[in-house]
Amino acid sequence: MTWSIYLNVVIQGVFTGLVYGLMALGLSVIFGVVRVVNFAHGEFAVVAMYVAFLLFRALGLDPLVTMLPIAALFFIVGFALQATLINSFVGRPEHDQFILLVGIAIIVLNGLLVLFGPDARPANLPYAFDSYAIGPVFIDKVRIYSAVAALAIASGLFAFFRYTATGTAIRACADNLTGAAVVGLNVKRLYAITFGIGLACVGAAGALMVTIADAAPSLGPAYTLLAFIIVIVGGLGSMAGALVGGLLIGVSEALSGFLIEPSMKSMFSFALLIAVLVLRPRGLMGRRA
Amino acid sequence: MSRKTMPTSRRRVLAGATASLLAAPAIVRAQAKALKLAVFLPRSGYLAPAGQSCHRGALIAPRVLADFGYQVELVHVDIESNPDVARTQCERVINDGINAIVGAFDSASTLAMAQVCEQRQVPLVVNIAAAPQLTEQGYKFLARNFPTGGQLVTNGLKLIQDLLDATKVAPKTAVFLHANDTFGTAQRQAMDKIFPTAGLPFRLLESISYDPKAQDLSVEVTKIRALNPELVLVVTRAADAIKLVRDMVRQHFEPMGIVSPGSPGLYDEEFYQALGPFSDYPIYNIPWVNPKAKLLQALEAAYKPANPNFRFAVECFNVGFTFEALLIAADGFKRAGTTTGPELMKAIRATGIAEHVMIGPPIKFDEKGQNVSIPSAVVQNRNRTPTVVLPASAATMTPVLPMPGWQGRT
Amino acid sequence: MIELWRGLEPRQRGLLLGLIVALVAAPVVADRYLLSVLTLILYFAYVGQAWNLMMGFAGQLSLGHALYVGLGAYVAALLWFWFGIGPWLGVFAAVAVAMAAGAIVGWLGFRFGVEGVYFALLTIAAAEFTRVAFDHLGFAGGSGGLFLPYEERRLGEWWNLRGGQLLFYYLALFLAAGGVVLAARLARSRLGYHWLAVREDERAARSLGIDAFRAKMTAVLVSSGMTAVGGVFYAFYYNNLFPGQIFDIGRSIELLLAPIVGGLGTVFGPVVGAFILTPLGEGLIALTQRLGIDAPGVKAIFYGLTLVVIIYVRPSGVWPWLARLLGVGGRAP
Repeated sequence: MTWSIYLNVVIQGVFTGLVYGLMALGLSVIFGVVRVVNFAHGEFAVVAMYVAFLLFRALGLDPLVTMLPIAALFFIVGFALQATLINSFVGRPEHDQFILLVGIAIIVLNGLLVLFGPDARPANLPYAFDSYAIGPVFIDKVRIYSAVAALAIASGLFAFFRYTATGTAIRACADNLTGAAVVGLNVKRLYAITFGIGLACVGAAGALMVTIADAAPSLGPAYTLLAFIIVIVGGLGSMAGALVGGLLIGVSEALSGFLIEPSMKSMFSFALLIAVLVLRPRGLMGRRA
Repeated sequence: MSRKTMPTSRRRVLAGATASLLAAPAIVRAQAKALKLAVFLPRSGYLAPAGQSCHRGALIAPRVLADFGYQVELVHVDIESNPDVARTQCERVINDGINAIVGAFDSASTLAMAQVCEQRQVPLVVNIAAAPQLTEQGYKFLARNFPTGGQLVTNGLKLIQDLLDATKVAPKTAVFLHANDTFGTAQRQAMDKIFPTAGLPFRLLESISYDPKAQDLSVEVTKIRALNPELVLVVTRAADAIKLVRDMVRQHFEPMGIVSPGSPGLYDEEFYQALGPFSDYPIYNIPWVNPKAKLLQALEAAYKPANPNFRFAVECFNVGFTFEALLIAADGFKRAGTTTGPELMKAIRATGIAEHVMIGPPIKFDEKGQNVSIPSAVVQNRNRTPTVVLPASAATMTPVLPMPGWQGRT
Repeated sequence: MIELWRGLEPRQRGLLLGLIVALVAAPVVADRYLLSVLTLILYFAYVGQAWNLMMGFAGQLSLGHALYVGLGAYVAALLWFWFGIGPWLGVFAAVAVAMAAGAIVGWLGFRFGVEGVYFALLTIAAAEFTRVAFDHLGFAGGSGGLFLPYEERRLGEWWNLRGGQLLFYYLALFLAAGGVVLAARLARSRLGYHWLAVREDERAARSLGIDAFRAKMTAVLVSSGMTAVGGVFYAFYYNNLFPGQIFDIGRSIELLLAPIVGGLGTVFGPVVGAFILTPLGEGLIALTQRLGIDAPGVKAIFYGLTLVVIIYVRPSGVWPWLARLLGVGGRAP
């Protein structure tokens, strides 16, 4: 096995991981602030995939372009969802939230099945089969474009949380809820905004993911699990952690699949998750809970 | 089940029993009219694509069967790719008076149903399910008109030799890639056993199993590329086949050929849609429909107007086998003259249908209820349509190997 | 058990007796379809109860309980398949192996302070890890599945669980009843009160001198062992096992719906929940068929809606509300 093959595997893993990291980012934001366990996370991502797919099919718009309007749409959905349904569940025990979101996940998944049928729907982008050949390494165009887009969005989000008033207010809620309320922050509204942002991330990520995977209803649960693994490994509540976690999972899965049997590669991710949960539960970059 | 429905069905059973006692001759005449069949398929859940494809075949079957002298009434059940549902629904339809069941694609659900059918003495005709153990368990009320994983591989490998002879190509190395699911594992086990003695001219470098739930196969393709085989043997499902070819194109990997010793995936509509010109030239050795058969022509004629959004050429495998299972049940009924379980099953076991839909000799079952003489054909994707290329007697085109490179395909 | 009976009020006794008589006598009037549905209900009531002990009583959220079902099923099935050891003996090995797995999960979690959602994720990871592992175990059939042979001559051997619907129905009834009795006893025992304390406020419990680690571990061990018995039942009822199905996260979720819908932490919650959800599923199938809706997935949508509605409207479960309605509310169950 030449070094170029290994490099190939690692690079593909990095790019794929960045996009998954963006999806996990949404989960990290939601859980880090609102403390709701969004077990329907993957299903929302798949909805975004279908929306991007439809826009491409009907209007010929590249998901890289429709990513932003889709993110905006999902922000509104998230805001509305939190303000109405989820808000009453915020203080409730985790298993209640969990059941609610499992119910929602079932509805979404099967709704997609009824609407679109079970077949995988690819977005047949004109450059879907192209790759850049840099020396002995092949980099799929779709992967590098979506990875760059994911980084761009993540940076934008980072700037938002760092430099804007609302962003700071949200971080305050995450750090100290009581304190935030005491200082007069409108916690409910901030929660809704945060949920909206979280879902916007998912929306953008879904649009990007449809360029590298094909939309199918059955992907929902797999993505939910993936998002959780990434968030835990990277560190709950840390945005950079979600991206780093995504990178790590992307690369480790690729390498383990390459070196051992590919069908075993998810075992590696789960083992990593268990190790992180046990040895460093706050993840690589998370703050102490 | 609500309390309201329970007394109704009890009443129905009682009423039915009384009526049958009082009207025996009328019942005999009434029974001889039509066979009540239940078709169990996974139309939701992860097996939905295939299940729905089979379902389209089941929907047009009664009309076609009627034209050829068989009367059937169908009830359709979605087993949701879940054996719990398959089992309880099996009990329910038998209660409702079903005479025989056709299904169920998913081996686990089929087995759950087989036990119920065995206990209640209702024939179960399997349309598609490849787990070898189905006909090894000793069920007497089960008949399978589909090859086992082992048979598929044996026939498939033999046909690869025929293919190499016909195209005069001599690859030296190959890699076997399969999904790590029920079907893929069965094929792998068969390959491990049969390949060493099959006498094929190429060496098997490695067998790689991948997770069918994987989001992409770029790592697997890289692994194959590193081994650089001339031939890639695959056992995949539709979604994976798309990812496989796509990543091969992106990584500029061009083997001499992509050949499946017997699996779905390379001829699903989504495969053609997603890959366009890149979907041409993979080869798969599987049982296929016989274009010269009268029944097949009637089936195709009925299929087209009912399914304007689907291509018969692409669905004929699922549709064909589903239709054949229904045909077997209907034919058994015709010969048995009765719908009582044991007699019906005996007639089904004694089947000898010369005029059917798939390529091959008359449909017959051995003492285990298995049809052991279903041959495979060599089918290749040409112009985004499955085309029989071997044997020459059923072929409409000659095979192309090695396959043209990815660049410059339109 | 006598004290339990004595502890009930007359109304509660009457209702309980009525239920037991109805279930025992059911095969006389019920057809096979109904029996198969009842068997399923009782199975879910049993495994739901096992899960309930860990979550409802001890407050530890496990989202990977299919791990124990699968381990129990595979151990008993493999012993039968390879060595001819019947499930009446194999069940002990199955329980032991499942308990060992539970001990590992529990130790990893509790020793390292993994709580709440994190613990739940740990359980998911454990189940998924085992699923993929079993996919690769050749002697267990791998992902190709393990099939128990159907031998007609052995059909009377009830101790080997070779039999018809009736055998499995009464077995499921026995298990469900046993689960209820066990839960009732544990609820009133010292251990049960320790669990309650730990569930409500672990730190406070510890400050009172309760060994929280021990209490939680016992909960996991009891729960996993109980669930394994359900797995043995499953293996011999269906006679085939696939890692991708029996360890699937969908199964883990399936078995916890009944206790949550019925009433977490109550003794009868899982039973009530099972009696609601399973018939709901079957009823929805019948309904969508009667309405002529031929869209696969519609039933599941209704199911999801029901879950959302129930958790929104009756968060502590249906049983406490139902119990008040029937006038049997009041004390613990």
